[in-house]
Amino acid sequence: MNAADAGPVLLEVRDLSLAYLTSEGRLPAVRGIDLTVAAGEIVGLAGESGCGKSTLASTVLRLQPKDAEVSGEMLLSGADVLTMRWGDLRAVRWAEASIVFQGALHSLNPVHRVGRQIAEPIRVHEESVADDEIETRVGDLLESVGLPRARARAYPHPLSGGQKQRVMIAMALACRPRLIVADEPTTALDVMVQAQVLHVLSGLVHDLGVGMLVISHDLSVLADVCDRVAVMYAGRIVEVGPADQVFSDALHPYTAALSGAFPRIGDPAARYAPSGLAGDPPDPRTLSGGCSFAPRCPRGVEECAAAEPTLVPLSPTRSVACIRVAGRATDEPDR
Amino acid sequence: MSVRFTTRAGSAARALDGVNLQVRPGEILALVGESGSGKTTLARTLMGLQRPSDGDVLVGGEPLGYSTSALRGFRRHVQMVLQDASGALSPRQTVYESVAEGIRLHHLVKETRTPEAELVAQALSDAGLRPPQGLFLRYPHELSGGQRQRVLIAGALALRPRILLADEPVSSLDASIRGEILALILRLRDTLGLGVVVVTHDLGLAWNIADRIAVMYLGRIVETGTTEEVLEQARHPYTQALLSVVPEIERLTPVVLRGEIPDPTAIPSGCRFHPRCPAVADGRAAAAGVDQDCRRTSLRVLGPAHEHRVACHLDAATDDGADRPPC
Amino acid sequence: MSAPASSPETAGSDAAGPVLTARQIVHRRRLDGLGRGWREFRGNTPGVLGLVVLSVFALIAVFAPLLADPEGLKVTQAPGGVLEAPSSQFWLGTDENGRSVVTLLIFGSRISLFVGLLATTISIVIGTLVGLTSGFFEGWPARVLFRMTEWFLVVPFLPLALVLATVLGRSLWNISLVIGITSWSGTALLIRSQTLSIKERPYLERARALGAGRWHQMTRHVLPNVMPMVFANTTLMVAVAILAETTLSFLGLGDPTRVSWGSMLDGAFSVGAMTTRSWWYIIPPGVCVVFVVLSFTLIGQALEEIVNPRLRTRR
Repeated sequence: MNAADAGPVLLEVRDLSLAYLTSEGRLPAVRGIDLTVAAGEIVGLAGESGCGKSTLASTVLRLQPKDAEVSGEMLLSGADVLTMRWGDLRAVRWAEASIVFQGALHSLNPVHRVGRQIAEPIRVHEESVADDEIETRVGDLLESVGLPRARARAYPHPLSGGQKQRVMIAMALACRPRLIVADEPTTALDVMVQAQVLHVLSGLVHDLGVGMLVISHDLSVLADVCDRVAVMYAGRIVEVGPADQVFSDALHPYTAALSGAFPRIGDPAARYAPSGLAGDPPDPRTLSGGCSFAPRCPRGVEECAAAEPTLVPLSPTRSVACIRVAGRATDEPDR
Repeated sequence: MSVRFTTRAGSAARALDGVNLQVRPGEILALVGESGSGKTTLARTLMGLQRPSDGDVLVGGEPLGYSTSALRGFRRHVQMVLQDASGALSPRQTVYESVAEGIRLHHLVKETRTPEAELVAQALSDAGLRPPQGLFLRYPHELSGGQRQRVLIAGALALRPRILLADEPVSSLDASIRGEILALILRLRDTLGLGVVVVTHDLGLAWNIADRIAVMYLGRIVETGTTEEVLEQARHPYTQALLSVVPEIERLTPVVLRGEIPDPTAIPSGCRFHPRCPAVADGRAAAAGVDQDCRRTSLRVLGPAHEHRVACHLDAATDDGADRPPC
Repeated sequence: MSAPASSPETAGSDAAGPVLTARQIVHRRRLDGLGRGWREFRGNTPGVLGLVVLSVFALIAVFAPLLADPEGLKVTQAPGGVLEAPSSQFWLGTDENGRSVVTLLIFGSRISLFVGLLATTISIVIGTLVGLTSGFFEGWPARVLFRMTEWFLVVPFLPLALVLATVLGRSLWNISLVIGITSWSGTALLIRSQTLSIKERPYLERARALGAGRWHQMTRHVLPNVMPMVFANTTLMVAVAILAETTLSFLGLGDPTRVSWGSMLDGAFSVGAMTTRSWWYIIPPGVCVVFVVLSFTLIGQALEEIVNPRLRTRR
């Protein structure tokens, strides 16, 4: 699926920045992100711990902490979530866009039956729906994620990790949203269960025409299931492009390191040659003015420390934020 | 070291149901399987933390005793690095104390006549933490994930073991720093001659560093051989299915198995994989005339020898006559 | 980095600073930790209040002979008349023997605090030992210990205490023993459940993998992680013990030769102070007990919040 087949733009993030205000100072978690997701499209957001991706996910429904400093726009079908009135926001939450949270294993309430938890958003948003219709819809939702209808009467604890994750997806679909954000949907799942969950997710997009934003640190998963992928590092996007290209032909040194961490089985070059980066993901408190990746970058030069690179389009579908790739530093002012 | 026919029956949950395994120094063996396959139980049994219900763990030909003193002696030769590095280090101990714990327990200062601080520094620098003294007095919560994992490895190395068991050594770490830890494991194999058993669900990891692989399903080893043999010429349908869904592989059509691994209390009859086996479902087994066997006849436990071995009726039936011993 | 031959644990410092032994630096870090705990405690107003009140009472107990004349305790040399109302000479009046109530209160504080602390010590020691053992070990000895704990938990305090006190006889030590014996089970239960959860933690399994025996596991890993909770629990136990002592003395089971707040209440009751409206005899001891118990409770709750971060409210 390429951009021409995609439907209307559902999510548009414009220059979003978010900083946490903690007792230890101001922690910039997200620094100027632009992103779009259209209907029928699966966009991936790749990054590791501390890059700000989960913060971004929670901001889609304005679930970020109250004392966080936010700037920019988060447009859902044209309306800015960040400045909406409370009533509009409640209507949007779950009915326009929903989130499949990270850590499904702990997101289900252990004392309520699964069916009741899936039905909860329906009851909140559509109060007039009758009980037996709710039951039918819950059963349909379970079937659409590959679980038997009878599971609605079960409690969460006998379910396996993969089954709980699918219940969370069913819950996210309950009010027929047009956009779904899946935060680390396959982390902590076995390879086979991961394949099942990804199968369900891509099936939903193709059958229902929803738009999906998948967040993961596993670039190979994103390459498999997404149409486009954006790679985040230290709160900024450092590369964007079609998923398979970004994975197999990474331009930014960080993306290359990420994709190298998932070796291709059968590739003799990866045999006995694990590739990775030295150092640790950056601490948002200690960001200096230059490229945040420079301390760990295998291709770093002196100019990298001068200014944070901007995202430069190299083709209609690919952009990279790196002065070594996009040519010498441009004259555009730093953000 | 070898393990013979291990079964564990705890309220009739057969976590390990017949396993033969050999581990040699200087070799990296990957135990690959999903959750419920029994790989962690096997690792813990090899470590002596779990007693087998049947069978023994043999160390250099002698069965392992389970008295405190026998175990203590054993722990000088085989050490383990647990999953979840942040939980495995006591939050109240500094790095120095965590690494020194093993040294003190085994009175290594007396034995090697070296000061404790030197032994600790040596272990930390073997694990790639240099300069070691700078980290002596840090607490675990002050370290990054990669550093914690290295401290755990240093704690195990301090005892100068000959075999190291690593349970999911990199699954809790960020992707970009996995390579470093895996490179460390390779280096330990090369410089110290360690034998390493890596328990993982990640086939890519096995491709990166393992010499041999044993694939486990529901308490049994279903395929074993060198890494190239198992990952490039997989013969068991389960291995083939696992490989097909690994995202980086384009050459295989994905075979997404239905359902989940059955509970160890209800192991299917015959070949334990038959309810989910694609070869049974699409008729290949019937075509080869073995589908009744798949449903009814149990397979023998694979022996510990070192050829490419598979526990599968279909594979045995379609064996092209090469003189491989029957499974 | 080389180490001086004498101390095997010398760690070099990163910067060019004095070379301290590892032990010294760990010691300093522990002090830092305590300093942080103290600062947190200072921020907890109820806790500080409790500490202030308790300090006042502690000082009174310690310096009792300086504040009041011990001779005033002797019944035979009572300075005042029977149940005199408060006056400038006797700030809180006198009891039925003519002794100054203020003197009685001051010396009574010694008994109440002493018995409270001694009983708590006995209770904590028994409770910790039983809790650790029944939590850590498996097999029938542990199960038997746990059954005993449950039994002591279920049996009502007062009848058991009455029986024990009567059997053992009336003295300070016996009273402390009685209170200790009847109250250790709560601590044991708490420590047992903590032990059970710590036993499964990954660092315990790592210790086993390294070759640690059970003694090492218990003393180097379980105990240090259990101690903070014990500490917080202890302060609350003291409050309970003081109340228990007051109760037992009130019922006439205390040491007859010593004055405590409980025995004062007993005296007031038996003399009919209520009917004669001798409020100065009844109310002060009760108020003192309430204040001391409250201060221990406030301190204990503040400590629990510091030790167990999950109890903290978001400020």
